[in-house]
Amino acid sequence: MADKIYSTKLQDKVERSGIVMLLMLMVLLSVGGLVEIVPLFYLDDTMEHNKHPEILWQRKAGQSLDDWKAGDGVRPYKPLELMGRMVFIREGCYLCHSQMIRPFRDEKERYGHYSLASESMYDHPFQWGSKRTGPDLARVGGKYSDAWHVRHLRAPRSVVPESVMPNYPWLDKNTVDADETVATMKAMKMVGVPYTDEDFASAAASVNGKTEMEAVVAYLQVLGTMVRFDNSVDYRE
Amino acid sequence: MATAQVEEKYNFEVVRWFTVAAVIYLVVGTLVGVYIASELAWPVLNFDIAELTFGRLRPLHTNAVIFAFGGCTLMATAFYSVQRTCGVPLWSNGLAWFTFWGWNLIIVAAVITLPLGITQGKEYAELEWPIDLAIAVVWLAYSINFFMTMMKRKTSHIYVSNWFFLGMMVMITYLHVVNSLAIPVGLFKSYSVFSGVQDAMIQWWWGHNAVGFYLTAGFLGIMYYFVPKQANRPVFSYRLSVIHFWALMFGYVWLGAHHLQYTALPDWTGSLGAAVSLAMIIPSWGGAVNGMMTLSGAWDKLRTDYILRFLIMSLAFYAMSVFEGPVMSVKTVNALSHYTDWTIGHVHSGALGWVAMVAAGGLYHMVERLWNTRMYSSSLVNMHFWMATIGTVIYITAMWVSGIMQGLMWRDYDAFGTLTYTFAESVAAMHPYYAMRAIGGLIYWAGGAVMLYNVVMTIRTASSRPAVTAATANA
Repeated sequence: MADKIYSTKLQDKVERSGIVMLLMLMVLLSVGGLVEIVPLFYLDDTMEHNKHPEILWQRKAGQSLDDWKAGDGVRPYKPLELMGRMVFIREGCYLCHSQMIRPFRDEKERYGHYSLASESMYDHPFQWGSKRTGPDLARVGGKYSDAWHVRHLRAPRSVVPESVMPNYPWLDKNTVDADETVATMKAMKMVGVPYTDEDFASAAASVNGKTEMEAVVAYLQVLGTMVRFDNSVDYRE
Repeated sequence: MATAQVEEKYNFEVVRWFTVAAVIYLVVGTLVGVYIASELAWPVLNFDIAELTFGRLRPLHTNAVIFAFGGCTLMATAFYSVQRTCGVPLWSNGLAWFTFWGWNLIIVAAVITLPLGITQGKEYAELEWPIDLAIAVVWLAYSINFFMTMMKRKTSHIYVSNWFFLGMMVMITYLHVVNSLAIPVGLFKSYSVFSGVQDAMIQWWWGHNAVGFYLTAGFLGIMYYFVPKQANRPVFSYRLSVIHFWALMFGYVWLGAHHLQYTALPDWTGSLGAAVSLAMIIPSWGGAVNGMMTLSGAWDKLRTDYILRFLIMSLAFYAMSVFEGPVMSVKTVNALSHYTDWTIGHVHSGALGWVAMVAAGGLYHMVERLWNTRMYSSSLVNMHFWMATIGTVIYITAMWVSGIMQGLMWRDYDAFGTLTYTFAESVAAMHPYYAMRAIGGLIYWAGGAVMLYNVVMTIRTASSRPAVTAATANA
């Protein structure tokens, strides 16, 4: 009985040998991931700035992050924005707010131009999200005043009665740590975000005495404002 | 074989501990779920306490149900069935205990760090790098022990349930290692080495395969051992199991891209993910059919065997959600369903209906054999069955309605060509469904609590009640 083959020779061999089964699984299970992920690192079409270099901020020698103006192109986050982003991640905001606008008429009217891959190229980790319990935030920058955001974060229902968002009163009490800011920027540089030594040197002063509330608002206000879009260009063709 | 001999032959003590832990985590994990569901219906429940807010507790809920409940279930069932199907004790009892304590320590670390906001910010992979390292070590200990036990088996062929467990172990190792690659900044913080679009694809390659391998392949392993055992029938079709196993292993890996339709991910990747997703209906149904048809000729057992009811109902939910998933991956449907509660409903028809129900069936089956007795109360098993079924149906119905409603409200235009609803209006419209979802979840949770009570009472009274017959113990 034990010698009888009930299927094919290959399947029978696999079923009789744990090693062969393990090796077959190791090969088969790697194919899908390799095919879908690896090309994203080298295909030029993946990132729109390869075709439209104006999407990226062309930083000249000696320029600081403060020399950038809205619409100049994608740049690394300023220290305060970066630390606001860390608060955003810590509080799990991405679980209810996406940062990825799809190319639909209603999303364009509600949120703005569809998102580009290049816009999140400095986002470690990405924050595209998967759920909109609240609205998309990819282009929330500049839509509301700083004062509105502060009020909204302290007590969302005081400005949006229908909201189910928690209050975040502790953001006013916590301050941004200068050492942590520099350490975070240096970690970002290690994974490819082009910060300069001058950025590190000036970081502490720019976050000194700031609260987490100010940091989050700074982050929200820059979202989606980096690229100036040309409506005659199809960035995703 | 008499019970004492079974005990001598196999290492069952560690399986007992994993079994009890799994039932406890089922109750804890779903309780956190009910709480955060209630926060969305009644935001006052956030209480202005950082550690209780939705954003911090939601990762705790997902980690508790997937890794604590799902993990302990997989470890209990794999360690139990690999011994019985191979006819040998575990390769290393010490490594099995290391796995038990290591895994539970990881769970404790998750319970402490996630509410504190210590997170990598990637869904279902939130735990920080020291915990990630521990997960890798314990997962390998589990996998190696399983594999080595399989290698010294007494049977000529490897039984089908073990194929699925092995596939899961290999894939989860790949996924966890690649997706967790990060640069640490101190002990409690690290940043993904990937960014933007590549990070998104890797995250959803992880995210969907955590579902596809951890919660599907692993639980199909459970199905292939426990359904035939509980029904006392052979697997319906060996050929079907061969075909659907390899198709599932090869195909599932590709699906992650369908989470990123219409995003900044290149179109070819999302379309490829959707195409393979559609094809996956066939192997997925192959598994469901194989499990259900195992009962052919013994359908009457469903009238009296409540444990079998769990196993069969789980396959019905499995068949339904693996049809729903490919439908949602189609671009036109995805345009509506993405970002809405429909996704949440889909996940829970799989998680509550399939994963937790097949797990409950397997766990009840093991409790009776591990403590060599019958369940303390079979009517409580039946009660749990109905609470789980009704709770799941209420939950997913609420999410279907709210999800489709959200999608339609967001894209609705009035006669003047302007958007009909503000976003806030769509939030307000969700309230009754969020309340309904919380109620469905509460019923499901209560069913789990009934199971915990029943299991505890079974264990406490096992020695004072008549043992099962030797024939059953050997089954």
